[in-house]
Amino acid sequence: MGLRKAALRKAVIFGAAVAAAGFVATATVQAQTPGPNDQFIAGLIYRTGAYAPNGIPFANGIADYYALVNARDGGINGVKISYEECDTAYATDRGVECYERLKNKGPTGTAYVSPLSTGITFALTEKAPIDKIPIISMGYGRSESRDGSVFQWNFPLLGTYWSAADIIMQHIAKKEGGFDKLKGKKIVLVYHDSPYGKEPIALLEQRAKMHGFEFTPMPVTHPGVEQKATWLQIRQNRPDYVLLWGWGVMNSTSIKEAAAVGFPRDKMYGVWWSGAEPDVRPAEDGAKGYNAAMLQHGAGQFAVHADLKKFLYDKGQGSAKYDETGEVLYNRGLINGMLGVESIRKAQTKFGNKPLTGEQVRWGIENLEISAARIKELGFEGMLQPMKVSCSDHEGTRAGRIQQWDGKKWTVVSEWYESDDKVIKPMVDAAAKKYAEEKKLTVRDCSKES
Amino acid sequence: MLYREAGQFKTTYVADQQIFPILQDRMFVLAVIVAAFLAVPMFASPYLYTEILIPFLILSMAAIGLNILVGYCGQVSLGTGGFMAVGAYAAYNLWLRVPEVNNLIVVFLFGGVMAAAVGILFGIPSLRIKGFYLAVATLASQFFLDWLFARVKWLTNYTPSGSVAVGKLEVFGWHIDTPADRYLLILGLVVVATLVAKNLVRGHIGRSWMAIRDMDIAAEIIGFRPLRTKLTAFAVSSFFIGVSGAMWAFLRLGAWEPLAFDINRSFQILFMVIIGGLGSLLGSFLGAAFIVLMPILLNQLPGWFGIRMSTALLSHLEFMVFGAMIVFFLIVEPHGLARLWAVAKEKLRLWPFPH
Repeated sequence: MGLRKAALRKAVIFGAAVAAAGFVATATVQAQTPGPNDQFIAGLIYRTGAYAPNGIPFANGIADYYALVNARDGGINGVKISYEECDTAYATDRGVECYERLKNKGPTGTAYVSPLSTGITFALTEKAPIDKIPIISMGYGRSESRDGSVFQWNFPLLGTYWSAADIIMQHIAKKEGGFDKLKGKKIVLVYHDSPYGKEPIALLEQRAKMHGFEFTPMPVTHPGVEQKATWLQIRQNRPDYVLLWGWGVMNSTSIKEAAAVGFPRDKMYGVWWSGAEPDVRPAEDGAKGYNAAMLQHGAGQFAVHADLKKFLYDKGQGSAKYDETGEVLYNRGLINGMLGVESIRKAQTKFGNKPLTGEQVRWGIENLEISAARIKELGFEGMLQPMKVSCSDHEGTRAGRIQQWDGKKWTVVSEWYESDDKVIKPMVDAAAKKYAEEKKLTVRDCSKES
Repeated sequence: MLYREAGQFKTTYVADQQIFPILQDRMFVLAVIVAAFLAVPMFASPYLYTEILIPFLILSMAAIGLNILVGYCGQVSLGTGGFMAVGAYAAYNLWLRVPEVNNLIVVFLFGGVMAAAVGILFGIPSLRIKGFYLAVATLASQFFLDWLFARVKWLTNYTPSGSVAVGKLEVFGWHIDTPADRYLLILGLVVVATLVAKNLVRGHIGRSWMAIRDMDIAAEIIGFRPLRTKLTAFAVSSFFIGVSGAMWAFLRLGAWEPLAFDINRSFQILFMVIIGGLGSLLGSFLGAAFIVLMPILLNQLPGWFGIRMSTALLSHLEFMVFGAMIVFFLIVEPHGLARLWAVAKEKLRLWPFPH
C-alpha cells in the first residue's frame, strides 16, 4: 500500500512538472480580459482534433486580422478589438459550450460568431434569435439561410453550398460544351456524412433532373480516413466526374484513393473546403490536376499581407509563420475577419463609435456593401469581388472560380462564374418556407426594410 | 460525529426498508433536491444551466439507464447512442406529425417507449450471446441505427442536410423557453426517473437482474427465466436512455443530426458508468459529473488563475490531464467513484475513533 501510494505520488508530481514546463514553454495567444471600451469578438475555432490541419490556418488568419486592425489602425474607429479563442475541436456540443461561455463577455457581448462548422452553425441558428447574436457562416452553413426574411441572424456570406455545387456544375458543363451535353453522364458526389456534406445533394439532384445526368451520392463517415469501399465502387461505376465534399483528413485521403484506383484527378472537383494546401500536399504527385471551387479568393500574398508583415510578423507577433500567410485557408480567415470588422464599421455609422451589441452588428452585416475601391483600400484586391448584402440576400455575392493544383501551387483555371439564381432561388424559398412553418416563425417582409 | 446512526431504531419493516435508512442521508438527499429546485434558480446564470447542469442531468439519466443494463443485469452494451437516437427521433416525429400532442412529457415518454421496443428487439440475441460478444452485437445496433437515421429520409422529414430542429415547446401549457424552464423540467424528470429506477433495482425485478448478472445458470435454476429477465432489463434500460435522448435533442440541442448520437456518445456513457461505479445509481450521477464537467473545468481552470496560454496547448493539456485522471481514479478505486463515496461514509461513521 505504502509503495503504491509513493509511486502514485511520484507519477502525479512528474505529471505536474511536465504540465508546468508546458506553461512556461509556449507563447501566449489567449486574449486578456476585455476592457470597458473594447469590442469583444468570440472565436470558435479548432486547433486540435481530426480537423486541426485545416482549422489552424483559418484560426491564424482571423486572429492576425484582428491583431492587424488593432496594431495598424488602433482598432475599428478607435474601438479596440478584444478577441478570445475557444477550441471546439469541430464537435457540436463543445462548440455550443464555447459559444455559451463567450457570448456575454466584454462590455456588449460578442459582436458575432463564425463557428467554421456546419454542425455548430445549425445548433447556433436556434440560439441566435434568442441571444440576438448574428452568425457569419462564410461559405458554409444552411444553404437556405441566405433568405434573410426567415433567417434574420444567419449570414452565409460569399456563397452557400448550393452556390458552390452550381458553380462546379457550370464549369463541368462548359468543359463538356453546354448543359445539354451532360445527358447520360455519370456524376458521383463523395461527401462527408454530416449536414455539411449533405447540403449540396438537393441542388445536384435538381440539376440532374434538369439535364438528365445520373447523380450518385456516396457518403463517407467521419473522420473519413476509411474510403476504400467508396473508391472501389467508383472504379466499378466509372463515373465521368467526381465531386468531393470533404473536410480535414478526408480530403487528402480521397485524393490518395483516387490516385490508387486510377481515377483521373482532373475530373475531380472539390468544394472550397476541399481545396487548400493541407488537402493536396499529403497526396504529393497524386494530387496533380485536382480541381476545387474557390470561395472568391485563392492562395497567394496580396497588399494586406505586406501590412501583416510590417505590423505583426516583423515584430514577432504573428500567429503563423510568414511563409504560411498566403495559404488558402489562412487567406479565408483574413477575409472572415475583414468582413466582420467591416460589418462592425458599418454598424458604427448608425450606432456610434463604441462597442456594439450583436443586434447592432446584425444591422451592420445586413447593410454591408463593399465596393471595388474599398476592397483595394483594405488591401484585398485580387482576393474578392464587390459584394452587397441585403435583407432578402444574406449571401452578398454568388461568384466563384475554379482552381487547379499543379503539384506545387494552386492556379486559377476558369473565369468568374455566378451561380444560377433561376435554379437556386426557388429552392431557397421553398426550404426557408418549410423551416419557418416547422418552427412556427414569423417571416419578415423584406420589401418593407430600408 | 454528526454522521452517526446511534439511537435511530427501526420498529417497523417499512422503516427498515426505506431507500435511505439513515436519517442524515435522508436529510442530505432531501436538502440537495430542495436546493436544486429552489436555490439553484435564484443564482444560476444561463451558462451554468445550459452547459453544466442540463448536460449533467440528462447524461446522468442516460447513465442510469445504461447502469441498469450493464451494472445490474451484467449485459454489456455499446448501443446507448443508438437508443438515444431512437428516443430523439421518435419524439421528434410525434412532435412534428401530431401537432395536437404539444406536451413534452407525452412526447418524451413516446420516445422512451419506442426506444424500449427497439431495445427489446436488439436484446433478443443476449440470450445466446454473452460478455464481450454481446458488446459487439450491440455495437451492430449502434451502427444500424446510425445508418437508419442518416438514410431513411422520412424520419428526418426530408430536410436536405438531415438536420432537424424543434421550437415552441410546452408542457401542460407551460412554455419551455428559458434555460431555467428547461432545467426545471429536466430536473423534475430526472428525479422521478431516479426514484423509479431505485425502486426497480431494490425490488423483485432488480433482484432478478442481479441474479442473472452474478450467475445466469444459478438464476435459471432458482426460477428466473433468463430471456424475460434480460429483456426487461433491456426494455427498462432503453426506456431511460430513450427519454434522455429525447431530452438531449429537444432541451439541450434544439437542432441536431444523427452525428449527435454516434458511437462516441455510447462510449462516453459507458465510461460514465464504469468510472462512476457499476451497479450504483449514485455512481451514474458521479460518473456523469466527472465525464461532463471535468473537461470543461480543466479547459477553464488556467484562465481563472490568470495563466495565459495558447488555445491549442490548453486543449492538449485538457486531454492529457483528463486521461491521467481517469487512470488515476481507476487505480485508486476500480469499483468507481460511488465506491470511494461509500468508503468515505464508512470512515465517517467511525470518526474520530477508527479501530
